[in-house]
Amino acid sequence: MIANRGLYRRRRAGNAMFLSLSVLAAIFGLVWLALILGSLFYNGFASLSPKLFQEMTPPPGSDGGLLNAIFGSVLMSAIAVAIGTPIGLMAGTYLAEYGRHNSMSFFVRFINDILLSAPSIVIGLFIYEIVVVNTPGMQAACRSALGSYCPMGHFSGVAGSLALAVIVIPVVVRTTENMLLLVPNGLREAAAALGAPRNRVIRAVTWKAARAGIITGALLAIARISGETAPLLFTALNSQFWSRDITQPIASLPVVIFQFAMSPYEDWHKLAWAGALLITAAVLLLSIAARILESNKRS
Amino acid sequence: MADVALSEDLASRAEKVRRSGRRDSTFHGLTASAAIVVVAIFIGLIVSLVLGALPSINRFGWGFLTSDAWDPVQERFGALASIYGTLVTSLIAMLIAVPVGIGIAIFLTEICPRPLRRPIGIAIELLAGIPSIIYGIWGLFTFAPAFQQTVEPWVIDVFGNVPGLKDFLGGAPYGIGIFTAGLILSIMILPFISAVTRDVFETVPPMLKEAAYGLGCTTWEVMWRVVLPFARTGVVGGAMLALGRALGETMAVTFVIGNAHNIQKSLFAPGTTISATIANEFTEAVGQYYLSALIEMGLILFFITFVVLACAQLMLRSLERRAGT
Repeated sequence: MIANRGLYRRRRAGNAMFLSLSVLAAIFGLVWLALILGSLFYNGFASLSPKLFQEMTPPPGSDGGLLNAIFGSVLMSAIAVAIGTPIGLMAGTYLAEYGRHNSMSFFVRFINDILLSAPSIVIGLFIYEIVVVNTPGMQAACRSALGSYCPMGHFSGVAGSLALAVIVIPVVVRTTENMLLLVPNGLREAAAALGAPRNRVIRAVTWKAARAGIITGALLAIARISGETAPLLFTALNSQFWSRDITQPIASLPVVIFQFAMSPYEDWHKLAWAGALLITAAVLLLSIAARILESNKRS
Repeated sequence: MADVALSEDLASRAEKVRRSGRRDSTFHGLTASAAIVVVAIFIGLIVSLVLGALPSINRFGWGFLTSDAWDPVQERFGALASIYGTLVTSLIAMLIAVPVGIGIAIFLTEICPRPLRRPIGIAIELLAGIPSIIYGIWGLFTFAPAFQQTVEPWVIDVFGNVPGLKDFLGGAPYGIGIFTAGLILSIMILPFISAVTRDVFETVPPMLKEAAYGLGCTTWEVMWRVVLPFARTGVVGGAMLALGRALGETMAVTFVIGNAHNIQKSLFAPGTTISATIANEFTEAVGQYYLSALIEMGLILFFITFVVLACAQLMLRSLERRAGT
């Protein structure tokens, strides 16, 4: 009996210890979140001013804003989403509707999930290799087709947008497929029984039923690319000036933050914090919007 | 007359059916080709990296992997220091994030009061939503200076003269370095591990847990002896997924690693990783071999992450199949 009591006490003590360790683990995670957001808001709000949206990125040692970088980020993200979403939507539709169980879909799903977590800097290298670098044959073909608008052979906003589009596609494919799989088969069968051809069933019934989920996927993709820096470093490069020409190098918020934060100038550091706050605010708003859409759908 | 109208009607109907059939196969073809685009991106990625890396592969051969030389002036390059940094920072991140991530999952499924589960779960997932450049700028301006002034001097004081630990924990407090990078990576991958682990924990049949409780097991014993063994594949798969992220992470590391192309034993010394080297040097790289060496490093990084992510996929897939049946 006495030995037993010792055993019970040990087991209870062990239980209490490990449970408190797991409480500590949760506190550990929450404390980092609070520290990061706290420091971001503290430094970011201190450097927030209307000038951010009115002036261009300054040369070292002077005051300025982030207007050209904000514009570049929005422009490139918009082009990336415009290219990536339709491709991702169609590919996700194929996986969920036409090839749900065939071996090609299994392979595509596998590749897509690898691309989903592939290092974004490698995607930057890929676009650098096919768009930015001087590949004589491809460049000549592009020149003859587009003349001086050809974006190949040098750093450009087009290259940056393409790199971001490569990141958008797997995100949209995954969410589209998941959302279409949730649509009950009865809906498809009912539409087919009315004589609707398959493409009509998909476009007018399943897409419509999964619309909220698909939009959520697009929002998450935008949230994902709005903070991406690595793939833009050597595709879109950077620019100090106001530029709307996407065949030329263009500034973006993340790249400007990287450049300014790594510099020794105090003014630039402040702008970097302000930019970081803007990006985080955008990402948080997008994620909240996505979450609201998702929960609306469930209820 | 009536016959002619009827046959015309039939003919136009047949035409309509044919047209709708054509539209159907066009749509099918469109979706299939979009799926092929995904595969084409993947293949194009590998081919373009291999082509870009060829000059470096031809010149340095396998020696590229075992040399830690990094001399842009004489065009002598080796990836060892970067590979070492990548592996060690990811290892540190995993050592911290795996136990903590599993702890958070246990907290969320077993201990946390029900009304708090959703908010705390969302807060942890928020860590995954914060862009990596934010981790970088925070690590550089806020965390590293604080770490340099508080924790590092203390650790170096206490362990800096202990034989055996001296080499790993001694040296000067820089603030930035291998350990700082690993720690920040661990915070970034924490939500991946805890989210996957929590999902797998929820697939454990309640009967198993109730049977163990019925035998008089404590909560800890149920988690350690029943739930974790049942969920092992999923937990390992989630951890591998997180490892894939840690290996390829660029911005959070680039800010705080210090960019030193050498291998030092001390965890507090500056180092570099594959991704940090590429991010820092690519736009300034001149000369065929410099660029090509950086692209070859990208290829190595892609290869390592591909193997890790593929293992993670296969493990999580087999789990899905089991749950499906």
